[in-house]
Amino acid sequence: MNLEQLKENTLYQPLLLGVVALLASASLAWAASATRDAISAAEAKDLRDSLAQVLPDNFADNDLLADSAQVEVEGGKSLTVYRARQGESTKGAVFKVSGKGYGGEIAILMAVDRDGKTLGVRVLKHTETPGLGDKIEASKADWIKSFDGKSLETARWAVKKDGGDFDQFAGATITPRAVVNAVKGGLETFASHRLAILGEAETSPALAKNKEQ
Amino acid sequence: MSDFKTLMKDGLWDNNVVFAQMLALCPTMAVTTSGTNGLGMGLATTAVLVVSNILVSLIRKTVSDQVRIPVFVVIIATLVTVVDMALNAWLHELYKVLGLFIALIVVNCAILGRAEAFAVKSSIPASIVDGLAMGLGFTGALTVIGLIREFLGSGTLFAQASNLLGPSFAFLEVQVPGYGGALLMILPPGAFAVLGFLLAGKRVLDARLEARSAAAAAPASA
Repeated sequence: MNLEQLKENTLYQPLLLGVVALLASASLAWAASATRDAISAAEAKDLRDSLAQVLPDNFADNDLLADSAQVEVEGGKSLTVYRARQGESTKGAVFKVSGKGYGGEIAILMAVDRDGKTLGVRVLKHTETPGLGDKIEASKADWIKSFDGKSLETARWAVKKDGGDFDQFAGATITPRAVVNAVKGGLETFASHRLAILGEAETSPALAKNKEQ
Repeated sequence: MSDFKTLMKDGLWDNNVVFAQMLALCPTMAVTTSGTNGLGMGLATTAVLVVSNILVSLIRKTVSDQVRIPVFVVIIATLVTVVDMALNAWLHELYKVLGLFIALIVVNCAILGRAEAFAVKSSIPASIVDGLAMGLGFTGALTVIGLIREFLGSGTLFAQASNLLGPSFAFLEVQVPGYGGALLMILPPGAFAVLGFLLAGKRVLDARLEARSAAAAAPASA
């Protein structure tokens, strides 16, 4: 029986499809295992670069990626925090927050020192309008650095149009408003879960001293 | 040999995916916000197109007419997924720029179109040349549209090209000093406008060339 006759057989079609699907899955599985290590290394490098951006130089002497923890926050969600340490003492924490911008979600990475002061903020991912809303990127404008050093008490957390301390952009108010609110939310989360985020027990020396007084 | 020459000319100009067949306009519009993006997307598409043409040509005698479309779709989808993972692993900087669009290659009708219209009826070498020609034609079109939009829209040329081609190509990056850019060209309407002008330009050029060759042929025949 030659191939042309075989092709007319009803069984030929499903068998052919099955073989093709099997070969396709096999090659996908092979490709996935061949690239897995390189992809996770590249993603870890991305994260490490972002972490280095939000922290001042020489702020921490530990590997933040190896020092992460899950902290329970409002609404049963868990927040991944990376702790920055100098020797034994925890100097601050880095975590992600997100805001609802004009074009979708804005993913933000922020670092807070142990007193609730912002160390640095960077936008990781956004879909805002190019040329208008993308001034939230550190590579496009210095605006994102206006958060540095601010804490909940020392700034009015709103854009100027809403009576706050932070500039909006010409033609784009929703984007900076979303970022300001997200960072403010992050600071509030930090304030209410401070010990858990810093990874310290209730009886830290400072707190015990307070109780004695 | 002259066959391959015709194939090359077809892919690059006469039957260009974007400018003549008007296929694959979705990725064309979406990624051409800069020359580098256009180039990267074009090269990734070319790679998929060449390999998919090879595979389709390889199995053209085995695959039956009734199930050929699903078979081609599975092959193309697999290839795109592999390219997606490979870029993510080894060209991560570029992947961060193009990542969203790589998956779009699956629905690039030009690839299924070449499988159906060419590779399924042709030998492997011819299919390779066809895939290369069509892919490079697509790459050229995307790069040109991207460069024009980037130049008018943000006043740069080949920004971030060193992410794609390596640091030694940093000299390609040009910045026009003191030009803020016309935002419209980066936004979707800019893509339609640039494509429209380029299509019109190609038509005019083709008509001129035809008139000239007709004029050159006339005295010879007389």
